[in-house]
Amino acid sequence: MNEDVLRVGCAAGFSGDRTDAARPVVDALIAAGGASVLIFETLAERTLALAQIARRTNPELGYEPLLDEMLRPVLADCLAHGIRIVSNFGAANPRGAARRIAELARELGLALPCIAVVGGDDVSGEHHLDEVNQGLQGALAGRELVSANAYLGAEPIAAALVAGAQIVVCGRVADPSLTVGPAMAHFGWRADDWDRLARATMAGHLLECGAQVTGGYYADPGLKDVSGLARLGYPIAEIDRDGQCVVTKPVGSGGRVDEHTVKEQLLYEVHDPSAYVTPDVVADLSNAQVMQAGEDRVALQGVRGKARTDSLKVNVCCASGWLAEGEISYAGARAEGRARLAAQIVRERLAGSGPLRIDLIGVSSVLADDAGHWLAAVPDSGATDVRLRIALRHTDRVQAERLTREMVALYTCGPAGGGGVRTSLRPTLGTLSFLMPRRLIAARFDFFDPQAEGA
Amino acid sequence: MSTGTDTSTIVPLWRAAHGRTGDKGNRSNISVIAWNAALYPLLVAQITEAAVARRFAHRRPVRVQRFVLPSLHAMNFVLDDVLDGGVNDSLNLDSHGKALSFLLLDMPLEVPAELQAHLAPSPTTNPQETPST
Repeated sequence: MNEDVLRVGCAAGFSGDRTDAARPVVDALIAAGGASVLIFETLAERTLALAQIARRTNPELGYEPLLDEMLRPVLADCLAHGIRIVSNFGAANPRGAARRIAELARELGLALPCIAVVGGDDVSGEHHLDEVNQGLQGALAGRELVSANAYLGAEPIAAALVAGAQIVVCGRVADPSLTVGPAMAHFGWRADDWDRLARATMAGHLLECGAQVTGGYYADPGLKDVSGLARLGYPIAEIDRDGQCVVTKPVGSGGRVDEHTVKEQLLYEVHDPSAYVTPDVVADLSNAQVMQAGEDRVALQGVRGKARTDSLKVNVCCASGWLAEGEISYAGARAEGRARLAAQIVRERLAGSGPLRIDLIGVSSVLADDAGHWLAAVPDSGATDVRLRIALRHTDRVQAERLTREMVALYTCGPAGGGGVRTSLRPTLGTLSFLMPRRLIAARFDFFDPQAEGA
Repeated sequence: MSTGTDTSTIVPLWRAAHGRTGDKGNRSNISVIAWNAALYPLLVAQITEAAVARRFAHRRPVRVQRFVLPSLHAMNFVLDDVLDGGVNDSLNLDSHGKALSFLLLDMPLEVPAELQAHLAPSPTTNPQETPST
C-alpha cells in the first residue's frame, strides 16, 4: 500500500443503528493520524419517505431523528482533528439537518463549522412531474406520492470537500458515494477514472452497512463465533491512491474482520457481480480477491471499473394502504391444532377481504410463503407452544381493521386456552423505482449560511 | 466428482459454505461462500440454478440466476419475485427475506471422503431438516 492513505470510518449503517458507534471509530482515526473522514449511512429505501412525512407535520424536521445522539459525542473532536463528516442524514431536509448541526456546535461551544448541503435529489416537485409519471408508467395508479428522490453520486460531495467543507450533509445519495466522494476529493481523481472509482465504490460498499463487515450479522454460535458483539467495532477502510483498500476496525473493539465477514458483505445486495451499478461507475467484481492482511485487517483487490450509465435510479414512495396484524398464543397439549383451528375461523370470518397471511410462530414464522402453500403442505407437528400470527393488507382502513377485531374476538369465540392477543394497524408505504436521464437531475452543493437562514 | 460411493457422505450445505441474503424490491440475492477453496468445485457442481429453484419452489421464483466468483470461492444466487412483493407488499414478518440464506444453506451436499476434513464441524448433534416444498 502506498503511503498516502485516506481512512474512512463508518459509524452508522442504517437509521436504526447503534448511536454510540462513532466514538471508538473517531478515537482510532485520531490515533492513526493522517487524512480521515467519518461517514454515517442512515437512509434505507423507505427511510426518506418517513422523513418526508415527518417534515410535513413540522417543516423543521425530516432529517435523521437521531442526528444529535450520533454527532454530539464526536463533533468537537472531528472538527479539532480535521476529520471531515459526510452523511446522508439530511434525509428529506438536509438544510434542516445543517441548521441543527450549527446549533449543536454552538451548544458545545464550538466555532461554526463549514457545512455543505448537497441538493438536487428531490424530484417530487412540479418541475419533474412529467418525468416521474412517465418513468412510473402508471404504476402510481392514483396513490398519493410521498417522496421521489434520485440517487446522486460522489461528485457534489467531492466538490464540497474540495471547496473546504468540514461537514457534508446529503439527502439521497448512493451509499457507496459517501466514501467515493471523499476519496475523489483527497486523491484528485477524475470523474471518469473508472478503475479507481470502482475500487473506492466497493470500499464504500463494505462500509455502508456499518458492523455488517466487522462481525455483525455474521454470528452463528459454534459454527461462526464472534466475540464482543455487544461492543462491536465499526469499520474503517484505508484507501490508497489507486482506490485499493484494507478494511479494519478499532483496536480492542468487539467483532472480527476476516475473509469470511468481508466476502459476505462484499456480495450483499449485489446482483450481477460483473456489473454493480452506482451513479459513479459500474464496478466489476468478477476477479475480486479478499486477503487477510493482519489481525482484523482484510485487503480487497482486483476490482475493475467500467463507464457509468447515463441514468440515475429514482425511488418513489407512495401511500399504499393499511397493514393489520394480530397474534394469539396457544400452549400445552394440542397447541398447534388449536392455533390452526383459530386460523381457519378467522379465514372463514374474513372470506372475501383479501389474502390473509398465516404464521404459526414456533413452527414457521418467516420461511413460508404468503399464499400458504408451505404451511398447508406441512402436517401438524404437535408443537406445544405456538403463537398464531395473521396479517392482512387493504387499501381501506376499515376493511383492514376487521382483522384486528376478529383476532380479539378469538378470546371468547376461538379455540380453548388462547391468550396474549396483540394487534396493530398501521399505514403502509410502497416504493417504486425507475431510471431517469442523468441530465435532468441537477446535483449541486452550497454552503449553509446561518445569516440567510435566520438561525 | 463424487457419485454416491460408499465413502461419500451427505451433509447440510452450511458445513461447506456460509452466506448472507440481501434484497432489492422483490428480488433476493443469496451468497454461497466456500469455507475452504477445496470445497468450491463441489458447490459449483451441486448447488445449481435448478437445485436452488427447487429448494425455493414454494416461494415461486420466476427466475433463478447463479453467478460464479472463482477468485472469491463464492457464488451469488439472484432469485426474482421470491419476496411476495418485497418489503412494501409482503405480509411476511421477514419482508426482506433476511432468513432465506438459512433455507439455502440447509440444502444437501454430497462430499467425498477426501474432502470431508475441510468441512466445518457440526455444532449441533441434531440439525433440523426443513421441508423443501
